[in-house]
Amino acid sequence: MSEPDVTSGFGGPQLGGPQPGGPQLGGPAPAGQEAVRLEDVHKSFGDLEVLRGINLSVAPHKVICLIGASGSGKSTLLRCVNLLEPVNRGRILLWGQDVTAPGVDENAVRRHIGIVFQAFNLFPHMTVLRNITLGPTRVLGVARDEAEEAGHALLVRFGLSEKQDDYPDRLSGGQQQRVAIVRALAMKPGIMLLDEVTSALDPELVSEVLGVIRELAAAGMTMLIATHEMGFARDIADRVCFLDEGVILEEGPPRQVFTAPVNGRTQQFLRRIVDAGRL
Amino acid sequence: MPVRGSREGADLDEQTLLAPGAPPPGSFAGNGRGSHLLGGQRAAAVSTVSTVVFIGAVIALFVFAPGAAAVRHTFFNPQQMKQAFLGDPSKGLYSVGKGLILNIEMFLIAEVLILFCALVIAVLRQLRNPVLFPFRMLAVVYTDVFRGVPLIIVIYGIGFGAPALYIRGISTQSDFVYGIAALVLSYSAYVAEVYRAGINSVHQSQVAAARSLGLSQWKSLRFVVLPQAVRTVIPPLLNDFISLQKDTALVSTLGAVIEANRAAQIDSSTLFVYSSYTVAALLFLCLTIPLARFTDRLIARDVSRRLAGSGTVR
Ligand SMILES: Nc1ncnc2c1ncn2[C@@H]1O[C@H](COP(=O)(O)OP(=O)(O)OP(=O)(O)O)[C@@H](O)[C@H]1O
Ligand SMILES: [Mg+2]
Repeated sequence: MSEPDVTSGFGGPQLGGPQPGGPQLGGPAPAGQEAVRLEDVHKSFGDLEVLRGINLSVAPHKVICLIGASGSGKSTLLRCVNLLEPVNRGRILLWGQDVTAPGVDENAVRRHIGIVFQAFNLFPHMTVLRNITLGPTRVLGVARDEAEEAGHALLVRFGLSEKQDDYPDRLSGGQQQRVAIVRALAMKPGIMLLDEVTSALDPELVSEVLGVIRELAAAGMTMLIATHEMGFARDIADRVCFLDEGVILEEGPPRQVFTAPVNGRTQQFLRRIVDAGRL
Repeated sequence: MPVRGSREGADLDEQTLLAPGAPPPGSFAGNGRGSHLLGGQRAAAVSTVSTVVFIGAVIALFVFAPGAAAVRHTFFNPQQMKQAFLGDPSKGLYSVGKGLILNIEMFLIAEVLILFCALVIAVLRQLRNPVLFPFRMLAVVYTDVFRGVPLIIVIYGIGFGAPALYIRGISTQSDFVYGIAALVLSYSAYVAEVYRAGINSVHQSQVAAARSLGLSQWKSLRFVVLPQAVRTVIPPLLNDFISLQKDTALVSTLGAVIEANRAAQIDSSTLFVYSSYTVAALLFLCLTIPLARFTDRLIARDVSRRLAGSGTVR
């Protein structure tokens, strides 16, 4: 059975040790190991091949930004890492363990991955605090009051504590997205996947959400971020990957990718962005 | 900005943009505010007259129709109405009032059972665990059959079939119990479909959010999908329960039919058979199952359309 393997690799003492003052970011990484590694990942929807051999590795405490045109497969890639979509070929390793192997407990894997969606996806029938404590109480088995205390601490940290008893539809888009980030953080994930988390926001609300992500990066959170915010990607990323038609065409430090792209298609993509005034 | 592109929008546009002194006053008077008030008074007068005329016509129908007297005598006889309500044991008349209480009892018990059974069936049809496959199949067959067969046939089937089995504990129950069993069997199939529609109406992104927290399929159903689904189906459920309240009356036919059949058996000294009910049920199924499958196909198509781009997590 490979199941005990998987849980032992992630579970372990790191998860059991909540830090009352705020979450310990960066997660359960055995020192020196890659947080995520994708090997020749293929994914199709019917006849449409969306990912065509992705190779990617994310080191602990690093921020990787995925850029690329709409439909290039950024969201699909993130969903595959979180096992929301099964891959057709290739492997995905989390902290050295193959999570695409048969018999892996997907719920155990997802516990260690926080994902934030473009459309927030908060639970509309629950208060902000309940949104945040649902995972810890029902998945990790944390006692209710303990989870609420930790959730409250997180909300305070991200300036949302007055909102904790409100329902999501009473919040602004920016607040909702920050709650969604906090909800993911409450699980003390080892890595965060962010899928265009500012695309659904009014321009004036974008910066408050980007601010939160910057804070996470500064605290050492490992993150894989799909984004259209090129300026942000340039500032925050340790590495930038340019995704085009399901393959990573170019990858490197942001300075190199943004100022001296090698690949012709990357140049074309960036030129269009610059022309649109978005960089 | 006022809405553009519709007639109303254009009207609104003119009215709200009519700054002081723009067009000559009165040029829009015909459909302006003044005529609206006037219209209100006139409308009230017209509706009053028309209501009086209508009610008068109905009363006239009752009074002057050729059979009016007979109808009044048979349906609206005050003496008999009072007697029926109270009952008269000396004449072997049961009290309708008491019957109503029995009906309400039956309805309440059935309703609780239906809400529970239907939820179990709907959830069974939703879970994709391969271990549960046989139960899922069973749930599909069950909803198809009991949505397809008319309630009255289910009532007869149980009311006459269960006693005929001679199974201890099952065959010796009262008509009250058989009636409830029939109502629960029949209505759970409908209500399960209502629940299922509610479950499908919860957007897939909610499931994705729940699963991504590490919640199992069952837990995301229980904590995220079902609470939202139940909220949306409360109005249609209430509708079904109004109908259930009325249909409890059908159970009373059990007693009457048993009497008639007993008489028939004595008369002809042959065993009365219920096979005709079976034939009727099968014919109904031939009509309704294709319809049920067609409905399922439509729903599935709608769901997959909304699913596109939001992933396929269940
Ligand atoms: N569940 C699905 N079923 C079928 N096709 C899908 C599904 N999800 C995504 N696709 C298709 O896969 C392709 C890649 O989609 P994806 O959402 O990964 O792109 P993206 O890079 O995130 O784009 P965007 O920047 O617009 O978010 C698109 O052509 C999309 O239509
Ligand atoms: Mg996307």
